[in-house]
Amino acid sequence: MTLLEVQRRMANAIFQPLTRSDRMAGGADAEFIKPNNRLTSLERLEIYNRSYWFRILDSLYDDFPGLRAVLGERDFRRLSRAYLADCPSRSFTLRDLGSRLEDWLQGNPQYAENRHALALDMVRLEWAHIEAFDSASEKVLVPEDLLELDADFRASLQPYVRLLALRYPVDDLRIQVNRASEDRGTASNTALKLKHRTMTDRVARSKRERIFLAVHRVDDTVYYRRLAIEEYLLLLALQYGRCIGEAIDLAFKNTSPSIDEQQSMLTTWFAAWAQLGWLCPSQSTKERMMQ
Amino acid sequence: MPSNRFNAHTDYGIGIGLRIPHYQHIFDKKPVVDWFEIISENFMVGGGRALAHLDQILERYRVVQHGVSMYFGSAEPLNRDHLRRLKALIKRTRTPWLSDHLCWGSVDGTYSHDLLPMPYTFEAAEVTARKVREARDFLEVPIAVENVSSYTEFHMSEMTEWEFLNEVVEQADCGILLDVNNIYVSSRNHEFDPYEYLNDIPAERVAQIHIAGHSKFQKYILDTHDHPVIDPVWKMYEHAIRRVGPTATLLEWDDRIPSFEEVHAEALKAEKHLHAPALVTL
Repeated sequence: MTLLEVQRRMANAIFQPLTRSDRMAGGADAEFIKPNNRLTSLERLEIYNRSYWFRILDSLYDDFPGLRAVLGERDFRRLSRAYLADCPSRSFTLRDLGSRLEDWLQGNPQYAENRHALALDMVRLEWAHIEAFDSASEKVLVPEDLLELDADFRASLQPYVRLLALRYPVDDLRIQVNRASEDRGTASNTALKLKHRTMTDRVARSKRERIFLAVHRVDDTVYYRRLAIEEYLLLLALQYGRCIGEAIDLAFKNTSPSIDEQQSMLTTWFAAWAQLGWLCPSQSTKERMMQ
Repeated sequence: MPSNRFNAHTDYGIGIGLRIPHYQHIFDKKPVVDWFEIISENFMVGGGRALAHLDQILERYRVVQHGVSMYFGSAEPLNRDHLRRLKALIKRTRTPWLSDHLCWGSVDGTYSHDLLPMPYTFEAAEVTARKVREARDFLEVPIAVENVSSYTEFHMSEMTEWEFLNEVVEQADCGILLDVNNIYVSSRNHEFDPYEYLNDIPAERVAQIHIAGHSKFQKYILDTHDHPVIDPVWKMYEHAIRRVGPTATLLEWDDRIPSFEEVHAEALKAEKHLHAPALVTL
């Protein structure tokens, strides 16, 4: 047996889902493992099988507290096991474990049943949160860079800024979940039960509401900022490499504020983005600035 | 004076693993610590808080990088994206050496996030040594490979674990990160004499030593890094020091992490053994 063959055999055994009682499924191929006088071949392999599943399940559990609140602990466990069986880790870092969860959940609505749309929005938010937390940051555009600002100027968004169009106000829900988990260390059992009930009620009461969100960070802490639809469209156009003039046209294509109102909105938004450090030179602007 | 050619950092003394629950204490109290070992993968990101904290640590302390996912023993080639990100981090930390494990953990692009045991074959040694050399050439930093604790053995193995370690480090011409606790754990799980292991490794290649605690179960011992170091492991550590000379030593404590002071005090117990007289061989 070659090295590759033995590693494939062991990986097949380790990646095999656990039984309902968290044990290794019987009948797994373990003949290539030596038994000893205390453990059979299968029992020795089971140590790795269980530790693999516990590790990745724990990681997903920590990364998606909002989804847990939406689904409840039991359904979240069911979803996690199914997702990780279908989409095992393809990255050297556990940080990327949830990167395919949105696509997978799109195709597997049965794991969220009547809360599918809400669950999908929460997954989008929580994955954006992970990306906003540790993505790179670029040099910020400073006022001097904007002196030559004209309709052809191209700016880009900081790589850590994620833009989301959502059907539910999951930002509020996620903030609530964070607060509840912060309280967990100090609250009494009765208070915790009450909070848990409040959270379940909040999820049940969640009403559809179209929201536009920027998930970003300030001083290494992730924040959610609600955006007007025009602001969202403008930022999205900049992110896709459109020049400022085109981006503004796209942003106001379906709404018709007066010129004065438009002017006022743009001034407010650009001032806020500058303060937050969201704008950075696009590749073509960088090249122009170098010349 | 370095004890040997792979151990040019005898002055590094005793370090501890840099862990998030201790950040506030370290930033506020600025304790005197010889060096910190970081898990490279925790800092191989584009930006954000992890790197900001690391930069704060680097202003005051020496940092050595320790990896958990290079998987020198995997049959598949090294992950180039991983190597590029690792090299960027090396530039940031200026780590004097870099360590990762003598194990495998991925196959056909799927990752186990575990340190899986090697079959001790000549083919595996050759593949592993080649990958260590490739990584060293790309990263341009000395590499030390760490022996892992294990819970299985393979029918196909052609040698003992320590013979395999020797085979790899000789072929790769690299250093060893000798994990004394892992030797103890594996010796109990596989019933071999840990001192035979310690006496057989090439002392001149030991660049660093790890010590840690573990958990005992009914039928096996698990390397959990969640307890103080037990006496038999301290005895093995002293024996190792007597063989290899004073060597940079690090205490690992990764789960149920107590206060900074408790972890540091546990690590400093190594002081008692660190300058033990050399073994005289006739």
